[in-house]
Amino acid sequence: MKKLLLLGDEAIAQAALDAGLSGMYAYPGTPSTEIMEFIQNSKDAAGRNVHRQWSSNEKTAMEAALGMSYAGKRAMVAMKHVGLNVAADSFINSAMTGVNGGLIVVSADDPSMHSSQNEQDSRFYGKFSLVPCFEPSNQQEAYDMVFDAFEVSEKYKLPVLLRITTRLAHSRANIHQKAHIPEKILSLPADPLQFVLLPAIARKKYKSLLSSYESLRYENRISKYNNFKDGNRRALGIIACGIAYNYLLENIEETINDFPVLKISAYPFPSDLIKDITGRCEEILILEEGAPLLEESVRGILDDGIKIYGRLDGTVPRDGELNPAIVAKAIGLPVSYGKDVPSIVKMRPPSFCNGCGHSDMFNSLNEAVKPYGQGHVFSDIGCYTLAALPPYNSINSCVDMGASVTMAIGAADAGLFPSIAVIGDSTFTHSGMTGLLDAVDKNSSVTIIISDNSTTGMTGGQKSKATGRLEQICEGIGVLREHIRVIVPLRKNHAANALIMKAEFEYKGVSVIIALRECIQTATKRKRSETSVE
Amino acid sequence: MKNDIIISGVGGQGILSIAASIGLAAVANDLFLKQAEVHGMSQRGGDVQSHLRLSDKKISSDLIPYGEANLIISVEPMESLRYLPWLSADGWLVTNSNPFINIPDYPAIDEILKEIKKVKNHIIIDADGIAKNSGSSRSGNMVILGAASPFIDMPFQSLENAVRELFSRKGEEVVQANLKALKAGRERSIALKV
Repeated sequence: MKKLLLLGDEAIAQAALDAGLSGMYAYPGTPSTEIMEFIQNSKDAAGRNVHRQWSSNEKTAMEAALGMSYAGKRAMVAMKHVGLNVAADSFINSAMTGVNGGLIVVSADDPSMHSSQNEQDSRFYGKFSLVPCFEPSNQQEAYDMVFDAFEVSEKYKLPVLLRITTRLAHSRANIHQKAHIPEKILSLPADPLQFVLLPAIARKKYKSLLSSYESLRYENRISKYNNFKDGNRRALGIIACGIAYNYLLENIEETINDFPVLKISAYPFPSDLIKDITGRCEEILILEEGAPLLEESVRGILDDGIKIYGRLDGTVPRDGELNPAIVAKAIGLPVSYGKDVPSIVKMRPPSFCNGCGHSDMFNSLNEAVKPYGQGHVFSDIGCYTLAALPPYNSINSCVDMGASVTMAIGAADAGLFPSIAVIGDSTFTHSGMTGLLDAVDKNSSVTIIISDNSTTGMTGGQKSKATGRLEQICEGIGVLREHIRVIVPLRKNHAANALIMKAEFEYKGVSVIIALRECIQTATKRKRSETSVE
Repeated sequence: MKNDIIISGVGGQGILSIAASIGLAAVANDLFLKQAEVHGMSQRGGDVQSHLRLSDKKISSDLIPYGEANLIISVEPMESLRYLPWLSADGWLVTNSNPFINIPDYPAIDEILKEIKKVKNHIIIDADGIAKNSGSSRSGNMVILGAASPFIDMPFQSLENAVRELFSRKGEEVVQANLKALKAGRERSIALKV
């Protein structure tokens, strides 16, 4: 078949299309964004009209994908790891309902937090919800797994978790493409009550979920990704999960015959293979990208069996992503090193682009809030979070999507005045609107600044559902018309904007200031594409 | 054959186009390739890097081990120094001489150049100036790729084909400007190397 050069994200998207995908659902989030983008740019997807619009958030994406599965078709939903927290309610319960058409949930973890607020390991969600979890070690395996994941999903009537990490998602590699599978036809579940989780039904379904988890261990489409290879020497056996296997191979390519190696890329754990390798080796090293999920299980609380090295005893750092050097050290191999970075090299943190409306908005905000002192501004997830850094030093929180609005409410409840939230337009429609309803409902004294750049900027400029709708949404939620102020954050409006902000801080009720100016990145892109059309 | 290359710069300077060109050429030469990129937050004016690995054999790790890169290609001089822990003792450092200053404590350029000159094998070129002379001030990244091309084990023509392919949808004028920049960078580099 055809040979391709694809990012891990793109390989997953291509595989889903080749495996007869009918619907892709997602909210942008690094490092998962390129899965949906690839499908949106695909001629194949356009030709068959595969669903490929962004969802408002990960929960709506997950539920819509479940709906497509209900109708018998293959669906995929993709998100970053923290997005799975947003979708957790529907995800966990989709294990209870089960699926009809194959359903794959891709969760892209970001160990070392390159572009995230934590480094949670999504494999825990697989174990927690009792669904199969695939963890590819390379891009080709990610491609191949999508086909098996759909098959497993349909055979066991379960959603399947596909857990990837930043390095796999954002690294390009050669891919061998497989033959195309046609889409499934519309067909409703055989049992009309399959998706009805009334307690009496849910109790029965939970029992069958528990027993199916055990039978998954013997499923060939799962177990074929877990391989044990014996070695000449039995001193150290190595268990490597997912992408950790690549770093292991990088180090022992020539000496691989010396080590018994168990590669794990699919869960539930292959208990028999783990017993096998621990039974024949004197000591065991466990390599996992993320949390020591497997290591904790193998050690148990007593940890009185075979000597185990891993993240829990400090052989591998407890946090952060792996690399070839960390793995070399863990095996006891020498580590090469170039020269130290000269001390004159300075940090270069990300910053606002030239011509960014957020930066003018924060300049006005800093002036308006100055008389009240520090500590009044709650913020959110997006480019504007960069205002936490000098020279702005404008914001005091960044927790999760939408938390600016609701934390401002809670702080106002405690007596903080003024209590201000700064949230982006896309983040607002993702998870800010319900918080605003809380504020309106009890007439909190809060000022919500929606920094509206009319796009989802941080992830590269995806469509924002807020565009052109913000005033209507806020009015519909119940904010008084005269306290919905629209400003244009430009340097020439600086003084006037600061005055408007100050006036709204002083208002003892809910006010919304929409700071509207198109993202300079998307504006430039748009102008370029407009000229090239001419 | 095995080339481990680190491409560095500041978000928005076009390092992904350099990586994509090498990637296309690698495919044409039937080589294995792995290329790890930085997406997301750092692209907003922060330091960005790409690990690019080419080989005639299968490649395991997406990341280059420390001390094993054959080549650092940098579109910004201070950024070239950030990746010295990866550069092998015999590796080459090819960098633009023009600083991109978007931080308040950017060091004196003379200090930076002094550090670069401590690297045994280095090429420092005025990519911005050469790009301007080639008729496209925006193709400094292609000048740098050209300057690095003598150290990449692929025929130069395959890089030219890759650049043509990469920019083809932007029209023939853009293609020609980038090819000119690529060639000019290569010539300058070969002159400096000797």
